[in-house]
Amino acid sequence: MTKSWLKRVSATDVVMWVVSLIIAGIVIYGSISSLQSGKYDGNTWKDLIVYGLTQGSIYALIALGYTLVYGILRMINFAHSEIYMSGPFASYFLASALLTSGFMDKQPWLSLILVALFAMFSSMVIAVSVERIAYRPLRKAPRLAPLITAIGASFFIQYVFKGLFGAGVKNYPELDVLKGQVNIFGLEMYRIHVIVLISAVGLMALLYTLVMKTKLGKAMRAVSEDKDSAALMGINVDQIISTTFAIGGVLAGAAGFLYAIMFRQVSWYMGFIPGLKAFTAAVLGGIGNIPGAMLGGLFLGLIESIGPTLFLAGLGIPAPNQLKDVIAFTLLVFILIFRPTGILGERLATKKA
Amino acid sequence: MKRLFVVLSLLVAASMLLAACGPSTPPFECKDALGCVDIAPGAPIRVAYAMVVEGPDASLGIDSKRGVEIAIDDKKELLGHSIELVGENTGCNAEGGQAAATKLAADKSIVAIVGTSCSSEARAGAPILSDAGLTLVSASNTAPDLTDPAKHVAGYARTAHNDKVQGAVAAEFAYASGVRKAATIHDGSLYADQLQQVFANRFKELGGEIVYQAAIAPTDTDMRPVLTEIAAAGPEMIYYPIFVAAGGFVTAQVREVSGLENVKTMGADGIFSPDFIKAAGENVKGMYLSSPDFSAFGAGYTDFLKKHETKYGEKPLSAFHAHAYDAASIIFAAIEKVAVKDADGTLHIGRQALRDAIFATKEFSGLTGKLTCSATGDCADPKIAVYEVVNPDPATWNPGAAADSNPKKVYP
Amino acid sequence: MQQEKSYLRQALEQGLVGGAIIVLIALLGIVEAFKERSIVGTVLSMGQTFIIGTQFLISYRTARKAGSDQKMAITGGAVTGAVSGLVLAFLVLLSMLFDLRPVFLNASPALFSILAFGQSQIVGMVLLVVFGAGIGALAGVIDTLAVRIRSTILQIVAIVVLTGLLAELIKLVLGQWPSIGRAMNWMFAGKGLSIIGAVVVALVVLVYNVYQAYAPVDPKKKPFFDAENWRGSKGYVRIAISVAVLLILPQILGVYMSEVLDQVGLYILMGLGLNIVVGYAGLLDLGYVAFFAIGAYVVGVMTSPEIAPKFFGMTFTWWEAVIPAVLVATSFGVILGIPVLRMRGDYLAIVTLGFGEIIRIVALSDLLKPVIGGSQGIQGIAKPAIGGFVFQDQQSLYYIILAGVFLAAFVAIRLRDSRLGRSWMAMREDEDVAEAMGIHLVTTKLLAFATGAAFSGLSGAIFAAKIGSIYPHSFNLMVSINVLALIIVGGLGSIPGVVVGSFALVGLPELLREFADYRLLVYGALLVWMMLNRREGLWPEEAHQRELYIDKDTPADAEA
Repeated sequence: MTKSWLKRVSATDVVMWVVSLIIAGIVIYGSISSLQSGKYDGNTWKDLIVYGLTQGSIYALIALGYTLVYGILRMINFAHSEIYMSGPFASYFLASALLTSGFMDKQPWLSLILVALFAMFSSMVIAVSVERIAYRPLRKAPRLAPLITAIGASFFIQYVFKGLFGAGVKNYPELDVLKGQVNIFGLEMYRIHVIVLISAVGLMALLYTLVMKTKLGKAMRAVSEDKDSAALMGINVDQIISTTFAIGGVLAGAAGFLYAIMFRQVSWYMGFIPGLKAFTAAVLGGIGNIPGAMLGGLFLGLIESIGPTLFLAGLGIPAPNQLKDVIAFTLLVFILIFRPTGILGERLATKKA
Repeated sequence: MKRLFVVLSLLVAASMLLAACGPSTPPFECKDALGCVDIAPGAPIRVAYAMVVEGPDASLGIDSKRGVEIAIDDKKELLGHSIELVGENTGCNAEGGQAAATKLAADKSIVAIVGTSCSSEARAGAPILSDAGLTLVSASNTAPDLTDPAKHVAGYARTAHNDKVQGAVAAEFAYASGVRKAATIHDGSLYADQLQQVFANRFKELGGEIVYQAAIAPTDTDMRPVLTEIAAAGPEMIYYPIFVAAGGFVTAQVREVSGLENVKTMGADGIFSPDFIKAAGENVKGMYLSSPDFSAFGAGYTDFLKKHETKYGEKPLSAFHAHAYDAASIIFAAIEKVAVKDADGTLHIGRQALRDAIFATKEFSGLTGKLTCSATGDCADPKIAVYEVVNPDPATWNPGAAADSNPKKVYP
Repeated sequence: MQQEKSYLRQALEQGLVGGAIIVLIALLGIVEAFKERSIVGTVLSMGQTFIIGTQFLISYRTARKAGSDQKMAITGGAVTGAVSGLVLAFLVLLSMLFDLRPVFLNASPALFSILAFGQSQIVGMVLLVVFGAGIGALAGVIDTLAVRIRSTILQIVAIVVLTGLLAELIKLVLGQWPSIGRAMNWMFAGKGLSIIGAVVVALVVLVYNVYQAYAPVDPKKKPFFDAENWRGSKGYVRIAISVAVLLILPQILGVYMSEVLDQVGLYILMGLGLNIVVGYAGLLDLGYVAFFAIGAYVVGVMTSPEIAPKFFGMTFTWWEAVIPAVLVATSFGVILGIPVLRMRGDYLAIVTLGFGEIIRIVALSDLLKPVIGGSQGIQGIAKPAIGGFVFQDQQSLYYIILAGVFLAAFVAIRLRDSRLGRSWMAMREDEDVAEAMGIHLVTTKLLAFATGAAFSGLSGAIFAAKIGSIYPHSFNLMVSINVLALIIVGGLGSIPGVVVGSFALVGLPELLREFADYRLLVYGALLVWMMLNRREGLWPEEAHQRELYIDKDTPADAEA
């Protein structure tokens, strides 16, 4: 029994175990020394967790767009980061118009909702047009072709925005209704964090219901399973794919809006890095899997926020926050070694991936 | 392609024939050690920029490029010639700087260059341009080694501040205002890293303590984790000489972090702009910014801002437009000094003479102060002041004003 | 009748699309930025070329769809042109009603003055429509001409515009010999061609075309690159000439063009390596820049007088450093390869991407600042030298790069045709079947990663010497994306494709520096256009080409 077990172990496995052990060792040793240093109190950790969750929920919303598209087309929609950027960027103009007209001061909540809807709408339009123009003709092409198209589309959208609206940073208005702290279950939290978390979770729940409980969701799942059979069952595949892109766009627009009211800066370049992170989050959770993307996003946000302090500060590494992406990507590798298809991904590396 | 080749070779052959029978005029004798640029009557004087005008750092270069364009508009003409601005994108990296420099060096009609944007570009590009006889004046390179006598390249000058000067003044101010524990943040750029290091060294020399030296990426948006980390070290002041986007995020988020509610904040000339005030929001009130001393000069800058707004439809994008304006102005002044006009109206500019004239710049009144170039090319007015932002409304930005200026000068 | 109606509708739609494109071009600031950049003297500026060119092309497309009906082609062209003019006129109208500037940065008065032909806006709007219709009708007329005449006219226009576009570069190259440069002055005006220059270019193209029309056709003539041309005694002559041309190229073209060739060469080197990983073995690697960085940094650490003495007590020469550089890069290839052995497709892509980012961030970090300089980078990197000769400038470094490219191409070709190459391709087609056939996946994959990394490391080592100072910022994701894009644009798996792709995606943008502000915009649009219209690449590998156009039932994801 033992012998056959030994036989199955290859050199590769040994190397991977060693790598994992080293990573785990660093993580554990770093965490213990950070916690023992006494530099950080409970409040620090609470703050870091809240920061991580707010940032993570934005990642999660973007990641859902990657995952939805991947689930259906098996392609990485590289341009999704630009879809995320275009929403808040477009609605910046609405926001500043509302501000100058004085409407925003009179009706702050209504204005915010209008701005949010416009952001979602703009992102949706961009998402659907990208699909229609750049991806649809490549439905049957080998997988690298749409990847390159997506990269091209991403550049194109970025630079069109830069060219049309300028290279400078644009600022969302500061609103009094978003300021201040609220007490939730005895926890002092900033109002804006609460808004971001609740909206994000709400949207995610909505999406989950949509995909799992409605007819449209059923159709989406069917197309994702097998396009040809779905078509035979009377499902309009093209339309479902368009709808999927639209939903992804709406979520990205919402994420962009939440980002914009939390951080108050938009620029033509703002999509690239969060897009990359969200894509990582989607893979982390198991790409193509909707709860996976949510989990991956939140997890990534948390790791980025807590990781440097928890794992590295205790080791005496200078400027650990600079290395937060290193931590995130290393943990990604670590997780993928044990679960090659992500946390919630299908168990076997099927040929789809 | 093949056809194009055929066309071209036929043309070359034809013109060689033409050249053989064309009349020849006695050439102007150029005695300059580096050669001369000849500008025919009616032809423009070509000045080039070498700046980052595309990619994520584009706003830095576009900002400076616009400064040069406004300088050209203001100058209108130079010795009866119009001024033409040509230029190359440098990408804010060494290889881009090298490629741009090589291209500019190959164009013999270029008189002088305003650039580069980033110090890494200058390290790779300046030797090439200098060897080709060109002189370049940078508006935004701040790395000390570029004008260090041991490493200085002959044709290199700059109107941007050497980090050594600015970082030290910032540290002295911090110490003088009673701060004993400071933390710094840099964004991995040459500029910020260098500046915070100078600050830290000087601050320690004075007897202060640097409790934390943090680093972020310029593309980061959520600064709260790093600020939380800093808060645990308990600084009285945070010094972050970074750029508008990230600087805005740090300032906007710093008060959200418990432990930093009352910490003093300080930045440098990279964020000395209304754009930053706008990005930072209300928390910017009370923040210190180091910058050239605006009390030294008059209303020129306000005028400049107006022209900028009409010409480009937006406010300056970054902090070095005025330095670029001055860099171009120094070059124009030097050209006026050394250019020789011969009988048929052709203008001759000796390259060595031009270089010498630029380095001899003295007490030149520019937008950024009274400029005097050192032997190793440091032309910036060494007078650095520290300002305090008193009003977070970007519309009130008027650092040059005599009274009630915002930001208000607090040091020296 | 029914058909004609639908044709007119098509023409209308085309006109709207064309108009939208022109409005985009105008609002992006392209028209205004290049209003003074001449293509042909004062007659044609580049800004105008963009507007007229778009109108012409879109109308021509409409006209082509009309088939043999000449009247319909002309009408269709005119309609399309007029509609596109109308869209533009609408923009002018909008600018009269609202101030567009707060939203669209480039909607400046200067732009609308150009669009209105310098006239008042109302007159300008009418002119725009009339002018558009004129251009469209012209496109329609040209479409109805005989093939030979049509192609000659189009060629003349295309080549004149192209020469006008590249006039500055031609001048730059000619300018190396002052006498020739001066002698050619009549051809140029500003940055473009002079009117005489344009006429001469047009005449030369015309003469060439007339000659072609009457020249006897040699049925046995093969395309230039056809393999048969390169065999036998005649082939040796050809090879010798080609090598000679390659060797004297930098001397003829001058320093700047050598710089371009150097950049292209470095990317060819990387492309050849990534081509093995992605093209042969089918492993999608988005972090390829990591090995490039490692190669550069090893050379930097070993040869920089600021760093090397701290570790080695001495500095090494470039030649001594290049082999360790390649070896270290190769071993990192293996190190990366092991954890990703079990991952497929997009999981592999994101992990490799992460690896690339990790290397860049670690190089930048304060953690390793004492070792490799952090954001301050490494300066004073040694240049290669043989005897007393130092490969100092771009013209001499070209030879080092050329040697590297030849070496890499030789290795790549031999590997492709070897047993290992066939294993890679089998693995690319289907991992499970390949394994069942007795291919050892672990070794095969690791060898692909290692070989790819070695080429990239070599490229990085030369890059470090060329630049003289290296910074972490040079090794960003953009490099990986660019290399991946160039091998796909060139033709996945094809070695000449890598060369063509590098020239197209690295050389061309470098030559067209003038468009700096719009370079990545065009790059993006071109990538999309390429994939939609010529996805097999510019110079596809035969096996791949076959695969791409087999029956449509093949699932899109067969190629993992």
